[in-house]
Amino acid sequence: MTAVDAAARLPIPARAKRPMREHYLNESYGLRSWLLTTDHKRIALMFLAAITFFFFIGGIAALLMRINLITPTGYIVGNETYNRLFSLHGIVMVWFFLIPSIPAVIGNFVLPMMLGARDLAFPKLNLLSFYIFVFGGCFTIADVILGGVDTGWTFYTPLSSEYLTSQVVLAIAGVFITGFSSILTGLNFIVTTHRMRAPGLTWFRLPLFVWSMYTTSAILVLATPVLAITLVMLAVERIWHFGIFDPRYGGDPLLFQHLFWFYSHPAVYIMVLPAMGVVSEIIATFSRKRVFGYKFVAFASISIGVLGFLVWGHHMFVAGQSVYASTVFSFLSFLVAVPSAIKVFNWTMTMRKGHVHFSTPMLYALGFIGLFTIGGLTGLFVATLGVDVHVHDTYFVIAHFHFIMVGGSVMAYLGAIHYWWPKISGKLYPEMWGRISAVLIFFGFNLTFLPQFLLGYLGMPRRYHNYPPEFQVLNVMSTAGATILGLGYLLPLAYLIWSARYAKDAPPNPWGATGLEWQTDSPPPKDNFYETPIVTEEPYNYPETESAYA
Amino acid sequence: MRDGVVAHQFDDLEQQNEADRLGMWVFLITEVLFFGGMFTAYIEYRTIHPQAFSIASHHLDYWMGTINTALLLVSSMTMALAVHGAQRGKRWISALFLFCTIVLGLGFLGVKFWEYAKHINEGLVPGRGFKYMGPYAREVELFMSFYFLMTGMHALHMTIGVCVVTVMLLLTLAGKITRVYHSPIVIAGLYWHFVDIVWIFLYPCFYLIGGPK
Repeated sequence: MTAVDAAARLPIPARAKRPMREHYLNESYGLRSWLLTTDHKRIALMFLAAITFFFFIGGIAALLMRINLITPTGYIVGNETYNRLFSLHGIVMVWFFLIPSIPAVIGNFVLPMMLGARDLAFPKLNLLSFYIFVFGGCFTIADVILGGVDTGWTFYTPLSSEYLTSQVVLAIAGVFITGFSSILTGLNFIVTTHRMRAPGLTWFRLPLFVWSMYTTSAILVLATPVLAITLVMLAVERIWHFGIFDPRYGGDPLLFQHLFWFYSHPAVYIMVLPAMGVVSEIIATFSRKRVFGYKFVAFASISIGVLGFLVWGHHMFVAGQSVYASTVFSFLSFLVAVPSAIKVFNWTMTMRKGHVHFSTPMLYALGFIGLFTIGGLTGLFVATLGVDVHVHDTYFVIAHFHFIMVGGSVMAYLGAIHYWWPKISGKLYPEMWGRISAVLIFFGFNLTFLPQFLLGYLGMPRRYHNYPPEFQVLNVMSTAGATILGLGYLLPLAYLIWSARYAKDAPPNPWGATGLEWQTDSPPPKDNFYETPIVTEEPYNYPETESAYA
Repeated sequence: MRDGVVAHQFDDLEQQNEADRLGMWVFLITEVLFFGGMFTAYIEYRTIHPQAFSIASHHLDYWMGTINTALLLVSSMTMALAVHGAQRGKRWISALFLFCTIVLGLGFLGVKFWEYAKHINEGLVPGRGFKYMGPYAREVELFMSFYFLMTGMHALHMTIGVCVVTVMLLLTLAGKITRVYHSPIVIAGLYWHFVDIVWIFLYPCFYLIGGPK
């Protein structure tokens, strides 16, 4: 009997009746096929794993801080450790979670598919970007193991260059290296958007997520090198005492702040612009309507990107900057509110008379709109010269930017993960658990940060491990909220991992959405499409049930 | 046409070439901002301490800077000729000019490091080894910090550039660069010219800013 005959007589397993379709997850197996892949989809998943790891590191630091603030004297840690905790939290959350979150995970996965491309323009650079990120992350982990850093995430001189004995250089090295990961990702996205669009995909047929990723990429490419060179100057000063930011040598400590915020203010838009892109996609899909004022939303992204470069001085109102400069920076900061408001109004108008479905991604998107609006409006408070003097470096500022970064960016990031999860994993996540976690996170977030507005306005400064006893009630509320928030973040981690193995298979287009990424299988084949799609219509071309202006 | 040189994500060679070039331009924009941070700091301190910067500038060797400027300008020309040769499929002309570019680049680095050695001997290195005791000692030290930081960063880019051009020379000699496929040399040329232009700004900022003695 030959081997072929023997094989033919074996009982056929039930699953083999329908041969498994080959897609990017099963086209090759083994660690090597992942670690050396140039497939943008696999690299996106590796980024997902890496930043989830960092998210929980930063989250644990935050939770320890909140536990410490249960009592006015500091519940578990002293001054020194507390300083290290908030520095770790800031550095990890900004550079190792928020900045790469939507671009490196969601952008990496869906941007080439939205463009109808087989991959990014430079797949090897994309892989390099991931390894640079990991390499930078190793420095940060090493920094924590060797005792941490207590400069805060801002590394202000002369505190960082002269006075502290902690591992400042190691922390700077981590951030410096990771910056090149951002630059390469941005460069890749810009070139891909320019050169890799499918036939017929004109600029005004691009999904709004692509517009916002394009603007984000421009900011990444323009701002990150300035941070890199600033950190080089800081490291040089700390190691060799060159005196670049040291007034004793004729240097100017304020220059460090200018250069730092020239990056770090646009960095806020690196975090929130991708989130806005995600929300535009989700709102259109779950309202079954075209995005109201598509071009306004697209150009609002561009103008936020441009204006974002001109407002860095509003971080320095009390730092000794000239009052005329402060006035101009204050005015320009108000101006950024205009395109941001355009977006909020247009999302709201998109939902009007639409068939709104409150699926999990939509709940996150709605949460984004509400929390982003509060974060944006309180941003106007702190952009006002007089008010800022009162609330500067208080919990008011903390609450304000957490509303943008956590209430905005993290909500949108989770919304995006849920929205594209069927495409990424080929599985449907459990909808009921999704909704529970979205509501839990929204509730926990508000309980954490709304009291902090009050604390800040009453005068509780940031970055202290203790506080006057009259602030205890609000602090306990905030800590309770943080606990709920932490649980809320653990839930999706659990059920998404569960769903990847046990949940029902997803159809190619579970939401009935427009967009090229939904026209291919879930999960997509290795080259994304079986044949290059040809685009003939506008984006979000949902059948109009009635006139939008009725 | 889809031969061995077109990567799988591109439809044709033209799309790949355009993507490669755009990628290099975007990278150069990043580099402008990278050096821009240092130039911004330099400009601020030059505005605050004009006299000290003038005195400090006189401690640099004017002729060394000038020779280096000449070397780099000529190297830009040879690089342009190498690119031109590659575009017309003249393999040996391209290789010859790439070789000239490498020699000129190494010449620049040689002069630069010779200068550094001189500064070290004269005690002009900021930090503990700084021995200059004349007027505005502190501010002169600041000037020298920027001198070492900015020319050092430039020298690092030059070193990378020499390595890149060497790779291009090897590719050319191996016959990998053809009339049809020559975009690696084009983008290497863009990078080389950029690094030269940075020097064109560094030269007056450090060597000429003091004016005649």
